[in-house]
Amino acid sequence: MDLYLGIDVGSVSTNLVLLDPRGEPYTTPIYLRTQGRPIAVVQEGLSMLAEQLSSRDRVCGVGTTGSARYLAGVLVGADIIKNEITAHAVAALRVVPDVRTVLEIGGQDSKIIIIRDGIVVDFAMNTVCAAGTGSFLDQQAFRLNIPIEKFGELALQAENPVRIAGRCTVFAESDMIHKQQLGHPLPDIIAGLCEALVRNYLNNVGKGKEILPPVVFQGGVAANKGMRAAFEKALGTEIIVPPYFNVMGAYGAALLARDWALRKGQPTKFRGFQVAELKFQTRSFECKGCPNNCEVIEIKEGDHVLARWGDRCGRWSTSNIPTEELIAKSIS
Amino acid sequence: MKITYPHMGNLYIVIRALLESLGLELVLPPPTSRRTVELGVRHAPEFACFPFKLNLGNFIEAYELGADTILMAGGVGPCRFGYYAQVQREILEDLGYHMDMVVLEPPDTSWRELRDKIRYLIGRKSWWEVIKAIRFAWFKARAVDVVEEQVLYLRPRVQQTLELEKLYREALKKIDEAPDKKSLDRVVDHYLALMKGLPQKPGPFLRVGLVGEFFTVLEPFANYDIERRLGSLGVEVNRSIYLSAWINEHLFRGLLRVKGLEHTKELAAPYLKSFVGGHGRETVGSTVDYALQGYDGVIHVAPFTCMPEIVAHSILPAVSKDYGIPTLTLYLDEHSGEAGIVTRLEAFVDLMAARRERKLKGEAGKWIFT
Repeated sequence: MDLYLGIDVGSVSTNLVLLDPRGEPYTTPIYLRTQGRPIAVVQEGLSMLAEQLSSRDRVCGVGTTGSARYLAGVLVGADIIKNEITAHAVAALRVVPDVRTVLEIGGQDSKIIIIRDGIVVDFAMNTVCAAGTGSFLDQQAFRLNIPIEKFGELALQAENPVRIAGRCTVFAESDMIHKQQLGHPLPDIIAGLCEALVRNYLNNVGKGKEILPPVVFQGGVAANKGMRAAFEKALGTEIIVPPYFNVMGAYGAALLARDWALRKGQPTKFRGFQVAELKFQTRSFECKGCPNNCEVIEIKEGDHVLARWGDRCGRWSTSNIPTEELIAKSIS
Repeated sequence: MKITYPHMGNLYIVIRALLESLGLELVLPPPTSRRTVELGVRHAPEFACFPFKLNLGNFIEAYELGADTILMAGGVGPCRFGYYAQVQREILEDLGYHMDMVVLEPPDTSWRELRDKIRYLIGRKSWWEVIKAIRFAWFKARAVDVVEEQVLYLRPRVQQTLELEKLYREALKKIDEAPDKKSLDRVVDHYLALMKGLPQKPGPFLRVGLVGEFFTVLEPFANYDIERRLGSLGVEVNRSIYLSAWINEHLFRGLLRVKGLEHTKELAAPYLKSFVGGHGRETVGSTVDYALQGYDGVIHVAPFTCMPEIVAHSILPAVSKDYGIPTLTLYLDEHSGEAGIVTRLEAFVDLMAARRERKLKGEAGKWIFT
């Protein structure tokens, strides 16, 4: 069967989604922890997918997204490399076609996407602080010795959520500890934390945005029932958590890859599942060509330069001659 | 007297022309780099805005090269810029860098004070010579702006982008070196022709207006090279303000016919009637202006904690709603993450593309704009 692959490499998780020609998931989506090793995790995900496929299946389009979208794109040979805001919007529109607001909270960033009549008209991402993102909830669950999966359910048992300062993670944590020391029950504290994070999100990320239903809540944090309940309470509207809420970025990337293939009719650049077996090296160096001193990142497969990025001028990213040669001849 | 001044985009070309025509000795700070930022950030108050920190870094680096006098602009109104020079002088003094700071307050406040400061700088030179120097500097400012405008137009269009950037750098160098008006005109004509001669891609291209705080708009180091980034995403950028327009409005009282920001005050009036400092009001008015001209979107840049632009930012959603023009605000400083800027710009380009396609075809926009 003709399949379309979407890969989302984020700060906390790396997800892979394989779609059939209708745009429905063909295999169970893969959700892995990135743990600071994006290349190895993408390779691991690819080999897990390969095991589920038959010899008649072939990948006809690949899309990558997430903060490591360029790295992943070079690695696997992507046909389309898209930012996560567009990818998330595309997936939400597929699942809930009349969606008007997308709340997305991932590992390290949170975003709001405003959609009207099927197109994105506005968006925002958190700017100043990572409070309220998945990493912080993870940390707190760990500190309280509660599995993250149970965290949200505990919040639902709260009778009197306490008020917790949510401006910044450091203050939120010390305020939580303070409330614990006073003897508040755990569910009340966790529910209070969820409400603080939602308040923080709506006041910072959602500032000035018109939040209209249907509201779709996605990203890893959408698993947290406490957060979902806090959003429902704050917004006074039903919050839809789609079935593949934690892999929506990859789902969107796969839909974009499918769209690309159907529109262009070109062969895919996908390098095949054997990418999982290859050895890649990355390194970075500071370009001395001008006062910008860009940090250039280079990824190599053996002696062959696959790609470079990070330069503002394009001197490095537009060329694949070996770095040392380029340094020697290009500093002008 | 060895004079230095802070960098702001290509301003150095204009100031050099001015001061060298008057026979003054200059020490140009090295181009703003990460070291400049580090020096500025180390010695500036943490919540001072980014331009303050870059200026301070420039001064320290110029001091290391032997500068002993700083030529700095002043300002009036709610923006903190008016205090920059005073605070910077104190910081430099505390650090043991003894430099003389000559602050040129805008002539809208006091002509006499400005006259005295200029007299201090030029010594016994005649006022006629000053006027001639200002005239020449003005021509250089125009030359830089004409070339920049062309580069902004061509960036999304040309196939060999590296070649265009090379021509741009060369043109700036030649403009900087040009000794008189005649050779200046020749340089501009020559480079415009070369740039326009580069092979181009077929359109259409998205058009975006760049508004916001003056320094951040003009200094690529402060705006993380936003114009070039947008160009490589296939977007034509139109800048709301150029150096020469600013000089015309603030120094020549709008005597010359150069498009500036004066008209934007009227456009901003339904939303904001009073002066809020810096270019806050102009930001609102320019956004309306771009909407009326049918632009696909407006990008608003400002240094983090910039009060006038925060006022403008809180008004932009209303403008956006009334005129149906998308806006994106970016607050930038030394803590900005490049990846975050790139993601937002890419998403904003997708958003504009989808809207453009919707407008043209009346159907839900496709996500890939090619």
